[in-house]
Amino acid sequence: MQFPLAGALTATQQRSRAWLTQLRIQARRPGDLLFRSLIILFVVTVIGVVVGVAWVLLSSSLPTIRTFGLNFLRYNAFDPVHNLYGVSPAIFGTLVTSAIALILALPIGIGTAIFLVDFCPRRLRAPIAFLVDALAAIPSVVIGLWGFLVFAPWLQHTGEPWLQQHFGFLPFFQGQPQGVGLLAAGLILTFMILPIITAITREVMLVVPVSQREAMLALGATRWEVIRYAVLPFARVGIAGAAILGLGRALGETIAVTLVIGNQAAPPSASLFNTGYTLASVIANQFGEATPGLFISAVMEAGLILLILTLITNIFARLLVARLGHGRVRKVVI
Amino acid sequence: MVQTPTSHVTESTEHMADESVNSHIAVVLAPIKMQALNLNIYYDDNHAINNVSIEIPERQVTALMGPSGCGKSTFLRALNRMHDLTPSARVTGIVKLDGQDIYAPDMDIVRLRQRVGMVFQRPNPFPKSIFENVAYGLKVQGGHSAQQMKETVERSLRGAALWDEVKDRLHASALSLSGGQQQRLCIARALAVEPEVILMDEPCSALDPIATLKIEQLIDMLKQRYTIAIVTHNLQQAGRISQYTGFFLTGNLIEFAPTTQIFSRPQDKRTEDFITGRFG
Repeated sequence: MQFPLAGALTATQQRSRAWLTQLRIQARRPGDLLFRSLIILFVVTVIGVVVGVAWVLLSSSLPTIRTFGLNFLRYNAFDPVHNLYGVSPAIFGTLVTSAIALILALPIGIGTAIFLVDFCPRRLRAPIAFLVDALAAIPSVVIGLWGFLVFAPWLQHTGEPWLQQHFGFLPFFQGQPQGVGLLAAGLILTFMILPIITAITREVMLVVPVSQREAMLALGATRWEVIRYAVLPFARVGIAGAAILGLGRALGETIAVTLVIGNQAAPPSASLFNTGYTLASVIANQFGEATPGLFISAVMEAGLILLILTLITNIFARLLVARLGHGRVRKVVI
Repeated sequence: MVQTPTSHVTESTEHMADESVNSHIAVVLAPIKMQALNLNIYYDDNHAINNVSIEIPERQVTALMGPSGCGKSTFLRALNRMHDLTPSARVTGIVKLDGQDIYAPDMDIVRLRQRVGMVFQRPNPFPKSIFENVAYGLKVQGGHSAQQMKETVERSLRGAALWDEVKDRLHASALSLSGGQQQRLCIARALAVEPEVILMDEPCSALDPIATLKIEQLIDMLKQRYTIAIVTHNLQQAGRISQYTGFFLTGNLIEFAPTTQIFSRPQDKRTEDFITGRFG
């Protein structure tokens, strides 16, 4: 009996009718309605903050965007005297330090997780896991201070000369060891993202079903092969997620990096001994002195670019995880 | 960790072998492939398997049956040292494969598990393609050409009576197969490394009757080439597919005999109660 009536209405009318009915039903339960409204308010607040920040960054950057256009990405000066601003060294520094951190922290983190899950004596498991988590709990300013006072001098006198002596043929390790610089910042970031990567990798390795390990073992796999062929493939989505979270932190980390990176753009070269700065450290260094006009606008635009960079990373990460997780099984290459 | 058998156990092997024959009327006529002697398994303080001695004849199907929790799976997993994975498990006694003690300190466990393959209760294919699942064992071994791999994969899938169903979609995900197909894929995966013995831990308990029938037919076919030990809590299944049957109860092997004898003239009252359906 309802069908002819429903047929007479357009889909939109039906939908709005259903919506109104729902609203009327809800009105009978005021507690529900209140709860719903509150939740919606919270969600709107969150969205509002994100949109607001993006909007303020964008509108405040307009002066430099108008003045320099894409050259802002190309210029390497941050020069209030001549009113010339560009962030190419900062983008370079951000990418290089984050890359160092990720390249070093991934194998160390995964290795630690494998040890904790598969090889660690049971009694040591909890204490070691706790220590790894404790590393994450150290405030970044404290790590930065340690980096500046202890780690950077060590790098200058011991670490970097050693690298130069043994790997000096690589362009990364040429030039004058100075302690503070891109390498120091990359290593400090490594320490900072290591706990995230280790903890998440450990968690995802722990949820790999026992049946997968047993299946591999029953084929005559060694302990290492079980990890290599059964555990890691199963955990790879989670590990990719861990890497992305770590990268996110590395890209945006400010205070620790500011303390050890030197905050001076060196002439372009591949050397990691050079000082430099990142988008985050440039903001931290400059905002205090920034005068209204192009200067403030330039700092804001640096923030905007950092935001876009992290957004791109996040989107890329989501695509990667989606592809790893639900994608078709790769054709076997033989 | 697993404890290797103490030396006095090794010395008195002869004596104990006699004892095990005495305690069970059955005489295994086929050549013996595997043999357990006074096997005890503990989980921490829990004594899961109590002094079990049994002979598993070559190229026959040996069923291990009993009610849930009787230790039959625990026993089966001792036959290729799967307990090594469980830190709380402890094994004493001897398990021989072709007369060689697999718990001896000089045993190559990896080689052992290649010779004694295993199929588990729930199908557990890797989240990879059908082809990769079967080729995995070879990939781990290394040293096989692409051609050899292809041949082995086809031979194994044919051996597991799955080839015709999957030959057109070898590169589809193994998880797209039905439960019964997945279980046969797991059998094919085990066959690919060319084992001598296949242990099956209730391979049909997660499957529907039709899939179960297919697996049972497959087992019947496989016994021409492989020695099979299968755990089942299903009486009828033991009766249908096995030549020898061992009946387990609370960690003890109550009776071990040719299947026809177990079902027609059980020697022990408890076996009779079980097969006549008084419990279990």
